[in-house]
Amino acid sequence: MSSDAATLNQARKLIWGGGTSPFGVSWGKMYMWIFLVSDAFTFSSLLISYGTLRHRFAETWPKAGDVFTHFPFVHGHVPLAYVGLMTFILIMSSVTMVLAVDAGHRRQNKPVAIWLGLTIIGGLMFVGSQAWEWYHFIEGTEHGAYVLVDGSVAHPIEGNPHALRLADHSIVTDEAKVNSILKGSREIHGANLTENEYGNPLFADFFFFITGFHGFHVFSGVVINFLIWLGVLNGTYKKRGHYEQVEKTGLYWHFVDLVWVFVFTFFYLV
Amino acid sequence: MSDKDEIHLKGYYTGDIHNQFVPEHYNPKNRKLIWRTFWILLLITIFEVSISFTSISKEILLYTFIALTLVKAYYIVGYFMHLKHERYTLIYSIVLPFMLIIYLVSMALAEGNYIGLWDKFFG
Repeated sequence: MSSDAATLNQARKLIWGGGTSPFGVSWGKMYMWIFLVSDAFTFSSLLISYGTLRHRFAETWPKAGDVFTHFPFVHGHVPLAYVGLMTFILIMSSVTMVLAVDAGHRRQNKPVAIWLGLTIIGGLMFVGSQAWEWYHFIEGTEHGAYVLVDGSVAHPIEGNPHALRLADHSIVTDEAKVNSILKGSREIHGANLTENEYGNPLFADFFFFITGFHGFHVFSGVVINFLIWLGVLNGTYKKRGHYEQVEKTGLYWHFVDLVWVFVFTFFYLV
Repeated sequence: MSDKDEIHLKGYYTGDIHNQFVPEHYNPKNRKLIWRTFWILLLITIFEVSISFTSISKEILLYTFIALTLVKAYYIVGYFMHLKHERYTLIYSIVLPFMLIIYLVSMALAEGNYIGLWDKFFG
């Protein structure tokens, strides 16, 4: 046996022979990764079912640019600006988190506490923004929309009280025709789980479920980060000699950011 | 196999994994890399939002967005979550299962064409 092969055998024995981690990470990080992979599959399934039904009901699916047009203290339509800001906040909090982990590698307690504290603030800002976004989606617009007898949604056209935009985007301007279409219809404002001013109710269902599930992840992340932060302030990890706990909660936090990147693309951009 | 090799392997594979990152080996370039990753993510996002208002065809936009999202995912997982610098056993164990997601996407989109067709024609 050549000496190379012997080295290889010896290496295999050392790696897979037990008593060590073949993956080169501690069990805690390994478990976090396993959890994140399974969680990623859950989010993937949600987004894929969203994609499937959106693909099926493409003609009545609302455009996110028409739905999320609000921005604090700004009147008029500013599509995508607010969600862009939310994305920026979350990316920024990911950066502060990775800087906290980085300070942990240097074993510097104070910078870890500062960066982790900023991460918590970023997380709270994001959850708050999401609450604001939900509020406006549930509240709806002033002019609202009509649910017709067949269940489809028709929109009034601004500046013309006798014109309607139907679910298939065709426009009716004839007054008599509009009146007959509106017979037996109901006026609605905003969205909930059964009806949606902006178009297909499934859009609202998926919006509430997916951004809600993600928002709950962010909220959980903030709580976990806060508990770890108390540990940092308490000097627990300084005494322990390493900041692996910060790394683990960091993995979770980056994952939340990662999921948002996909939600942002498939809910708002596409 | 010499003693030296054995010590080297032992040091590499059986070192205290809780102390994967020892301050003595800290690379000051790390922080620069973090901010570089941040700028990449931010610029991609700004680019995405700005092209979503242009009149480029929907189809091209869709594939551009998906490609850019995967680029962002690469930077978050690779640099922020540090996966790029982990051992290959870990990288492949985590990344390969997502091939199943690609398969699921292709099946679900095909299926999406047929949902509700029965009601449409026979309902």
